[in-house]
Amino acid sequence: MSEEAKKEGQSVPENVAPASLTAADFAPADEKEKEYMVKMRPQTTAFKDGIRRLRKNKVAMVSFWVIVLITLCALIIPIFWPYQYEAMLGMTPGKPVDASFQNLKPMTYSATELTRIEAGEKVFPHLFGTDSSGRDYFIRVVYGTRISLAVGFFASLIVLVIGLLVGAISGYAGGKVDLVIMRIVDIIYSLPDMLMVILLATVLKQAIGDSLEGTVLARIGSNIISLFIVFALLYWVSMARLVRGQILSLREQEYVLAAQAAGAKGSWVIRKHLIPNCVSVIVISTALQIPSAIFTESYLSFLGLGVNAPMPSLGSLASDALNGITSYPYRLVIPAIVISLIVLSLNLFGDGLRDAFDPKLNG
Amino acid sequence: MKDNQQTQPLLQVKNLKQYFQLNNGFFSTQVLKAVDDISFDINKGETLGLVGESGCGKTTAGRSILQLYKPTAGEVIFDGKKIEGKATIEAYRQKATMVFQDPYSSLDPRMTVSDIIGEPLDVQNLVSNAAERRERILDLMDKVGLNSEHAARYAHEFSGGQRQRVGIARALATKPEFIVCDEPVSALDVSIQAQIINMFEQLQENMGLTYLFIAHDLLVVRHISDRIAVMYLGHLVELADTDAICDRPLHPYTRALMSAVPMPDPKVARANKRIALSGEIPSPLHAPKGCPFHTRCPHATDACKESMPELKEVESGRLVACHRALEIN
Ligand SMILES: Nc1ncnc2c1ncn2[C@@H]1O[C@H](COP(=O)(O)OP(=O)(O)O)[C@@H](O)[C@H]1O
Ligand code: SF4
Ligand SMILES: [Mg+2]
Repeated sequence: MSEEAKKEGQSVPENVAPASLTAADFAPADEKEKEYMVKMRPQTTAFKDGIRRLRKNKVAMVSFWVIVLITLCALIIPIFWPYQYEAMLGMTPGKPVDASFQNLKPMTYSATELTRIEAGEKVFPHLFGTDSSGRDYFIRVVYGTRISLAVGFFASLIVLVIGLLVGAISGYAGGKVDLVIMRIVDIIYSLPDMLMVILLATVLKQAIGDSLEGTVLARIGSNIISLFIVFALLYWVSMARLVRGQILSLREQEYVLAAQAAGAKGSWVIRKHLIPNCVSVIVISTALQIPSAIFTESYLSFLGLGVNAPMPSLGSLASDALNGITSYPYRLVIPAIVISLIVLSLNLFGDGLRDAFDPKLNG
Repeated sequence: MKDNQQTQPLLQVKNLKQYFQLNNGFFSTQVLKAVDDISFDINKGETLGLVGESGCGKTTAGRSILQLYKPTAGEVIFDGKKIEGKATIEAYRQKATMVFQDPYSSLDPRMTVSDIIGEPLDVQNLVSNAAERRERILDLMDKVGLNSEHAARYAHEFSGGQRQRVGIARALATKPEFIVCDEPVSALDVSIQAQIINMFEQLQENMGLTYLFIAHDLLVVRHISDRIAVMYLGHLVELADTDAICDRPLHPYTRALMSAVPMPDPKVARANKRIALSGEIPSPLHAPKGCPFHTRCPHATDACKESMPELKEVESGRLVACHRALEIN
């Protein structure tokens, strides 16, 4: 009703319009109308527009390049680095353990390596030293970054798929289906997050640990898989709510009615109108989901519920570092800095995306 | 426009009702009678104007005639065939289309002009290849006065008037015979309104179209319509030829509406004293018993509060729903 009232308000003001329209009123498009039409923006698509706005946003662009740099490092460095993340240096089968490899400070060498250097050999330095088992710490941080990024990315993907599906069904079907789904969403929403995550991770770790034996999944580790399940079970709800809200508001648009008036079926309306109109909002919130997944992974790993040893993640590295915190504080500081850097730049980039693409902000 | 071949009306609406179930609260539902038992015919090539205050059910009537809502009751007969069931509705969608009121929300901001205009063609598989589709779309754009260079642009780049042209081209895409125009100019700048109305008339002439032209602006309706139907609270209260209804409205509500039309000539304006309606239009949720207009009617009697007047012919070609139509005039 109020919308209607607004429209009535903009219509012909009383006493201005002539009582009967004359021939002069019906001339073909004249200069006046052309001028009225010229208030158009130059040819551009909504997408190009968004990219242009994003490019202008310095903070978002810097964040973007930081993410690209970190991701590339995490992917490429392990290929050529002379040390393996799980290799305990100084441990050769059949020989006594060379303890001089353990707990090296950054850029220092073990006794064995020093003798080799004296003999004229070149030894690759341990940039961040080694940990208490004699593993090169730099490559562990790089590998941990890789794991954390992968977890963040795939967890967000799972959340996206489930949330999109459920939200779209709920919003489009409406009625009883919507009611039931939304009550389930409310229930999951009201559960205490942290507690549920920890409980589920613990239970799943037990439950699926054995059944993975011998499969490819075993290499990934039961912990990571249970982590994904936790994400799938808990974090789809906000995505589903978002998608449902979008669909509900888009369904009310007259262009949907226009499509139906042309005989369009539900699948057409969803494909041609609903998805294209909410895709930017969904991409943005998925982008913002990644850092939160990384964060969750980190604290679960920190609590010992994350990745299986010897696989490192940034969280488990930080957790391990707690043991020697007084002697080797940098082992906590380094992964912490990397986590912060990743989470911060992903968040800033996500914000930039939203500013650039959210149609509400650019009218 | 007015051809008098009164053989068979193109569109017949019989006792059409459209009720909405409103869910307020968990268990209570209310019935909103947006359109309550309306009947009329529209002849081929004719324009029937539909006027009434905002909220009286004009849009709903138009949409349920086009089967965008499933009518609660009543029949729509198009070209002699009753519209009922999937097959007839599918064929009907090609022959009967709609121009929407809001040129902003009725065009998808993520679609180009050519995709918007081509949508009915795509949905109904009316073109066999891309070249034919392109040709049809450019032809439609030409018909509504859009430059073919605009085909690849997005609707949000255009002004209201041009957007409405896109909406009209879309309505014409399937070569329809009948178009429901739902206040197609009320959201436009005054200077553009006449252009668009002029175009509607030209299109009608060239393509033999039949319009149901909805508006709350009497001037516009008067200009374009052959006959005018007046709605109040979901009911039809008067239906007659444009000249007759404008010169000598019979229903008290129509008289009040006509007296509110601004007159450029002060002498005419003074002679034509404005009849102010007292009170607000009642909510369709609490429609009054008896004549729906009795709460505001200056001529209401006790009988009006009890029994509902039927729409009946009081003079040849003039239908009025008022107990006292003949006494008070
Ligand atoms: N889809 C709907 N659901 C419930 N009520 C509706 C719906 N569409 C319209 N109405 C109600 O029906 C009445 C008539 O509305 P409408 O047909 O839009 O009037 P008009 O076009 O004459 O301004 C209004 O009271 C409106 O609130
Ligand atoms: S029936 Fe009675 S209340 Fe209704 S319009 Fe006529 S005079 Fe007025
Ligand atoms: Mg309306």
